[in-house]
Amino acid sequence: MSGTVATAPTLPATPAAETLRRANAFQRLLRRPAAMLGLVVVLAFIVIAAGAPWIAPYDPAATSWSAIRKAPSFAHWMGTDELGRDAMSRLIWGARASMLAGVVSVAIALALGVPLGLVAGYAGGWTDAAISRFTDALLACPFLILAIAMAAFLGPSLTNAMIAIGVSAMPIFIRLTRGQVLAVKVEDYVEAARAVGNPHARILLRHILPNIVPPLIVQATLTIASAIVAESSLSFLGLGQQPPAPSWGSMLNTARNFMTQAPWLAFWPGVTICVVVFAFNLLGDGLRDALDPKEG
Amino acid sequence: MTNQARPTSPRLLAWAAGLALAAALHAAPVAAQHLRIGLQEDADALDPHVARTFVGRIVFAGLCDKLVDYDAGLRFVPQLATEWQWSEDGKAITFKLRPGMRFHDGEPIDAEAVKFNLTRALTMQGSLRRAELGAVASIDVIDPLTFRMNLREPNPTLLSQLADRSGMIMSPKALRELGTGFATRPVCSGPFRFVERVSQDRIVLEKFDGHWDAANIHIQRVTYRPIPDTTVRFSNLQAGALDMIERLAPNDLGAARTDRRVRVAEIVSLGFQSLLINTNHGPRSETPLGRDPRVREALELSLDRQAINQVAFAGAHAIGNQPMPPGTEYHFADLAVTQRNVARARQLLQEAGVPIPFPIEMQVINSTDAQTVGQIIQSMAREAGFEVRLSSVEFASSRQSQARGDFQIIQIGWSGRMDPDGNYYHNLHSRGPTNDGKYSNPAVDRALEEARSVNDTARRQALYREAAGNVIQDRPRIYLWHPKWIYAHSPRVSGFAPNPDGIIRLRGVRMQ
Amino acid sequence: MQGFLLSRLAISMPTLLIVTVLVFGLQSLLPGDIALVLAGEENDPAGIAFIREKYRLDDPVPIRYLAWLVQVVQGDLGHSIKTQIPVTDLILQKLPVTAQLAFWSMLVALLIGIPAGIIAAVKKGTALDHTANAVGLAGLSIPNFWLGIMLIMVVAVEWGALPPGGYTPPTESLADNLAGMIMPAFVLGSGIAAVFMRHTRSAMLSALTADYVRTARAKGLFERTVIVKHALRNALVPVITLGALELGQLFSGAVLTETVFNIPGFGRLVVEAVFNRDYAVVQGVVLFTATAYILLNLLADLLYALVNPRLRG
Repeated sequence: MSGTVATAPTLPATPAAETLRRANAFQRLLRRPAAMLGLVVVLAFIVIAAGAPWIAPYDPAATSWSAIRKAPSFAHWMGTDELGRDAMSRLIWGARASMLAGVVSVAIALALGVPLGLVAGYAGGWTDAAISRFTDALLACPFLILAIAMAAFLGPSLTNAMIAIGVSAMPIFIRLTRGQVLAVKVEDYVEAARAVGNPHARILLRHILPNIVPPLIVQATLTIASAIVAESSLSFLGLGQQPPAPSWGSMLNTARNFMTQAPWLAFWPGVTICVVVFAFNLLGDGLRDALDPKEG
Repeated sequence: MTNQARPTSPRLLAWAAGLALAAALHAAPVAAQHLRIGLQEDADALDPHVARTFVGRIVFAGLCDKLVDYDAGLRFVPQLATEWQWSEDGKAITFKLRPGMRFHDGEPIDAEAVKFNLTRALTMQGSLRRAELGAVASIDVIDPLTFRMNLREPNPTLLSQLADRSGMIMSPKALRELGTGFATRPVCSGPFRFVERVSQDRIVLEKFDGHWDAANIHIQRVTYRPIPDTTVRFSNLQAGALDMIERLAPNDLGAARTDRRVRVAEIVSLGFQSLLINTNHGPRSETPLGRDPRVREALELSLDRQAINQVAFAGAHAIGNQPMPPGTEYHFADLAVTQRNVARARQLLQEAGVPIPFPIEMQVINSTDAQTVGQIIQSMAREAGFEVRLSSVEFASSRQSQARGDFQIIQIGWSGRMDPDGNYYHNLHSRGPTNDGKYSNPAVDRALEEARSVNDTARRQALYREAAGNVIQDRPRIYLWHPKWIYAHSPRVSGFAPNPDGIIRLRGVRMQ
Repeated sequence: MQGFLLSRLAISMPTLLIVTVLVFGLQSLLPGDIALVLAGEENDPAGIAFIREKYRLDDPVPIRYLAWLVQVVQGDLGHSIKTQIPVTDLILQKLPVTAQLAFWSMLVALLIGIPAGIIAAVKKGTALDHTANAVGLAGLSIPNFWLGIMLIMVVAVEWGALPPGGYTPPTESLADNLAGMIMPAFVLGSGIAAVFMRHTRSAMLSALTADYVRTARAKGLFERTVIVKHALRNALVPVITLGALELGQLFSGAVLTETVFNIPGFGRLVVEAVFNRDYAVVQGVVLFTATAYILLNLLADLLYALVNPRLRG
């Protein structure tokens, strides 16, 4: 840590160099077929979620008492559910809940975790110790228990599940940001910026933050994957998306009651979760390799 | 955690060896008489005076005898007491106990012991039985086998309370010695005595040979296992890991009836499921739904009870429109169930002058069953011009919003009592403890008060008929159906007769 | 070494304290009220008032917290409000169940994850490597509750090969006990196996390019000897450290696995306690698991420091 030599600052991160580095990273990503597959699948699901009203063959809430739990057929490719609704249409609409849950909860985790991590890493001392102990404490509580308790406290709904998952995922980002700041803040260009007398806020935002974005992007992508699983877990326990709006987890929750009579109801939502989460993981792995060629 | 797990392995082997030996010696007869029952949830405290769960009552049926019991036709039959006699004025009742009975700890069951129990139920801090025995003023021990309960006013419901947890008799010696620890090691008077309890896993009882009715008990050991997931409970029965389960999911009835490994027993319960409407409890009752009976009538007219029953429960339950189920003395068949009539419902909404679609909020518990029913109702009511918003809540939170009047409609049930007073007074009297919509109709109050003080069945029928008529018109609750208790058991189990109260009585039950 | 241990222990105390404050605070915010839940259908006002008083539910939260803390320091975790069973007894009842599940899951994870990681690293870039990677990533992506449902549906209901769930104590029947553990252990273990596989692979890759391995190769040792004796031994250290940490994570997974397979362990205990607002149980269990997690962390650090003396400072 004391190895930094206080010679003349040589290479501050100029915008041009930064752009170049990112362009290279993007090209490396393009060359990875697995990551590209992940990206394509993720984009496809974003399209499905956004275009649900036009893609879904039926109204996802249209019940039909005479057609409950019908096996897959030409009219209903994935069969109908316990209220005679088209399972495929619900799956398509359910993409909204799941994608949203993944993205929003990670956004919450980033919004809370990154500033705390920045402050802890940059300020050091008591501030760092306090934030770090708090982070340790959050990490020591089992993630799902924390999320369950919080979701129960806020009341069962999709929004509250997202908040609960976001807060529970926050410590990962505090820890990651703090570690990155510690590594970056001894770099020459930061020392130089400090020597010139820049205010702390400016140093943090202009000199440190841009340099720690790559690992954050990687972690965020991977956390989206776990957040989607977490949302389905909470819905499975009755704490996520509430009926009649569909989500993959809540579809699984009801389907569990009809495992013998209507196994197809439990099959497709699960497969879809797997595919999406797999795609986010592929993308995350690819991003990591592309942004940091040393690892992997 | 591995260091905790590793040492178990060698111990497992030792256990296995010991077990193999034990099994070789006398496995067959023991296994044959070991009844394993799957329950829907775990029981709470095993102390009848503080217990509240339904499954707890199932366990108590083995563990603790009551002064009296009732049969499937709801007629009182002797249990600890062989006979009882009301006084002329209906303000005292004298019981004679069966001679020579013993508690599980060998202590005699006599009038003093009964008095000790009843006094505890009436006076102990935290007793949930105080209200049930509220009419009791004093208890006189006349001789070791005779005692009299003196009442403040006549109370025909007392006997039904004594046929439930209020009348369960525990060993006074154990109560004194164990204090608050009693619930974890109960010593009682039933045909089975307590062996062990592992929370959320099992409660084990074994036959008590000193029981007065031991000749009619053919099971050596009974294990109650809480398995909340109905599918898992049923598949455990199919796989032979359980011998009997309670509350088979109605949707599994078809599969159960065609499965040769399974027998089904069912009976209409004493309870009901209903929509409780906030008509008079705080600001949330101040809506056209709470204040205008026409809007509530429109809501009822939008519902097709048989379709709800069919879609959500494969038609298993018995639809209904009043507190007591069909087949009981206090069911009034002349009060017919309202048929669905969407046109009439729309017309009533228009007459009431509410905007159409008229928005209402319905609270449902976040269980899949309740949510299925909620969505069906939502869909049916939409056709009649209601826009039902479903708000899902956890059970614990829902109890709180009921207590605070923080609801418009809540979908809620009642497990049922053998005496109509339970189904009526609790839920419909203006001071009823579960009348959470604070429904208040002086005519209903009067009828319910009189009905709990007269012993004459015909008079009580007239009074409950009057109350039911008012309630059906006022609609503070819209009664939907009476659930059926559905049991499934292995063909090896015989002699089981379901009771409308849902409690599993083990007298006469045999294995193989 | 001792200094290191002591300073780490000193740091864990405030962490634990924060855990308890967090959980206590969160619980006091939970809507719903165990007194009303416990009052049952009878809903007797006197009964409700008694429960509120007995468990001091109306006291201000800080006072309740301090009272609880004083109790805990004296070694008493309180009683379950619902069943009146002491929380310590509940933990002791559930621990063997979850520990057993954790043990088998870890075994599954190690037996699948480490060999797969080694093969992937040694055969880097081949189809085998890609397959292992894809399977590993898939293992991370399957929600374990869904995998559990699917297994129950196929293996238990369709084939009738294994019990669909539930737990048989080994004292009752060892065979049933083990049969009941197979599916849950596989479900819980497969996700962790994926983590192990990925870490083993990357640790092996860096070990295989390290100087000592090159030296060993230069000495003309057999490739198998080089891999097993030199690369693997070094690569396993971070993997084992990771194993200790994964045990802590395992608990989150156990929550759903135990729910799906109806296993009466820690996971179900705490979930039902949250739903019932059985405060003492939630507090006690979280305190216990957090302590276990922190100790495991410490163990992992110790392991690491033992083999890597540079880190001791």
